[in-house]
Amino acid sequence: MEEIMRVNKLTKTYDGLVAVDCISFHVNRGELFGFLGPNGAGKTTTIKMLTGLAKPASGTAYIDGIDICEYPKKAQQLIGVVPDESNLYPELTGLENLSFCASLYGLRKEERKARARELLEMFNLCDAANRKFETYSKGMKRKLTIAAGIIHQPPVLFLDEPTTGIDIASARQIRKLISKLHRNGTTIFLTTHYIEEAERLCNRIAFIVKGKIIRVDKVSNLLQPIKDDHIMEISLSAVNGSLLHEVSASFPYYSFESLPGQVFRINSKEPIPVSPIINFFEDRGSEVKEAKRIVPSLEDVFVKITGIEASEMENGKSRRGNKL
Amino acid sequence: MKNWTAFFNIFLKDIKAYYLKPPNISWGIIFPFAWTGMFFIRSGQGLDSIQSLLPGVVAISILFGTTSMLAVTVTFEKKNASFDRLLLSPLPLELLMFAKTSGAILFGMINAFVPIGMASFFTDLSGFRWGYILPAILLIAVASTFLGLFIAVSVSEVFEAQTFSNFIRFPMIFLCGLFFPISSLPNFLQPLSYLLPLTYGVDILHGAIRAENILPLLIDFMAISAFCIVLFIISLRNIYRRWIK
Repeated sequence: MEEIMRVNKLTKTYDGLVAVDCISFHVNRGELFGFLGPNGAGKTTTIKMLTGLAKPASGTAYIDGIDICEYPKKAQQLIGVVPDESNLYPELTGLENLSFCASLYGLRKEERKARARELLEMFNLCDAANRKFETYSKGMKRKLTIAAGIIHQPPVLFLDEPTTGIDIASARQIRKLISKLHRNGTTIFLTTHYIEEAERLCNRIAFIVKGKIIRVDKVSNLLQPIKDDHIMEISLSAVNGSLLHEVSASFPYYSFESLPGQVFRINSKEPIPVSPIINFFEDRGSEVKEAKRIVPSLEDVFVKITGIEASEMENGKSRRGNKL
Repeated sequence: MKNWTAFFNIFLKDIKAYYLKPPNISWGIIFPFAWTGMFFIRSGQGLDSIQSLLPGVVAISILFGTTSMLAVTVTFEKKNASFDRLLLSPLPLELLMFAKTSGAILFGMINAFVPIGMASFFTDLSGFRWGYILPAILLIAVASTFLGLFIAVSVSEVFEAQTFSNFIRFPMIFLCGLFFPISSLPNFLQPLSYLLPLTYGVDILHGAIRAENILPLLIDFMAISAFCIVLFIISLRNIYRRWIK
């Protein structure tokens, strides 16, 4: 596949602290590339360097063969950027904001108006076209900000945490729009800390933790080692100190792990029969409140590779991502 | 052509979003009006004093109008990250900053004509050398705007911009020969006057209105132009250093 972005040993320090540590990766043309990591991992700093808003301490980055550090203005013609916070002009209407953003790329008046109306329709914002941006809801603001990012039809779009801080319905709409843009051929660089969002949307994913890229691969390859895994979680009424040891000894083919909240997690390469396990616990006076099978996901891969729990990533949200 | 489309639209957007807002229109009229009235009454010399006061009032109207607007609007846009949208556009930074400052320059020039318009009712302006006055007004507006830009790029918060701009502007009222000659300042302060751009702009106005300039006008024009260039270059360097770091 043809590369559209190439990053080599990119490093950024702020006052001696390493924010991004010698990262290298590439993005293929037409790909939806996910950049996944917890808050403070270096995602936004990376986007700033790749869009010409920050200078790297060392390393290089090319957008469609153009060195973004050497020729930022030339590269900026090829990119659209949607920052993590909506940053349009509160006193302008939706239509005026889009038209103004189009003018920054030299579009003529008629082109600007036509493109703005097309996007307002695409993003379902026609009714709010003549309302000031400051009166928009968070979800509407986010959608208009994405529309502003693609007003000049850039081949590469940077989306920084596009669904953070908005309601579920708006987040779903935005994910559908991202998929649509991707289907239309736009290369998308998506940063997120929602693992399931990355799993659903992206072709390839890079895991970034503390400024370092831990792994870059296709979602299917990342899931490969765990696709035959069987996972079950058992919630108990009471757990005594030796229960984990006892259950591990009684069922040596399975791997047991104790989780917070009197929960045992069972991992196996073979299917796990429920009844013997439940009987085992109940024979020892621990009532089984719930037993559920877990479908292995990218989250499990992420936890395995980085050692970071999803709950840490999503600021205490439930591990299957209740925002999704 | 594409760059000029962007330039023109940034200029228009700022005019609409900031300069045509009622508080700014009133600021642009009331402030110069108040300065003119205050100095006219305070001088106690009747209508004859208008021509001697006019250069100072014109300069101060431009200075306060431009520095306030630009320092606050740029700081505000940087604070809410909408300025990043401009930095991300393919427009060269020099042209982008010209576009951002052009609205303030125009606003400053319009401010200048409020006291001149008022003076026209009370004194004869036919002896004024407009060929010097108009470029002087433009250069004072440019220098003051770039001073505002310099302030905006040096601070992070809107209140800091206001404090910093007052810290620079108020001493200029006394040091730049606006209402009394530099020669009447204490000797140790006089060199400071020549380090300030407004001194040269006001000197051109004194020369063009009453032929009372202290420096040759060519020197004044060259000095204030040099200040404009230096302030702009320093501001650009600071943008690269602080905002694209």
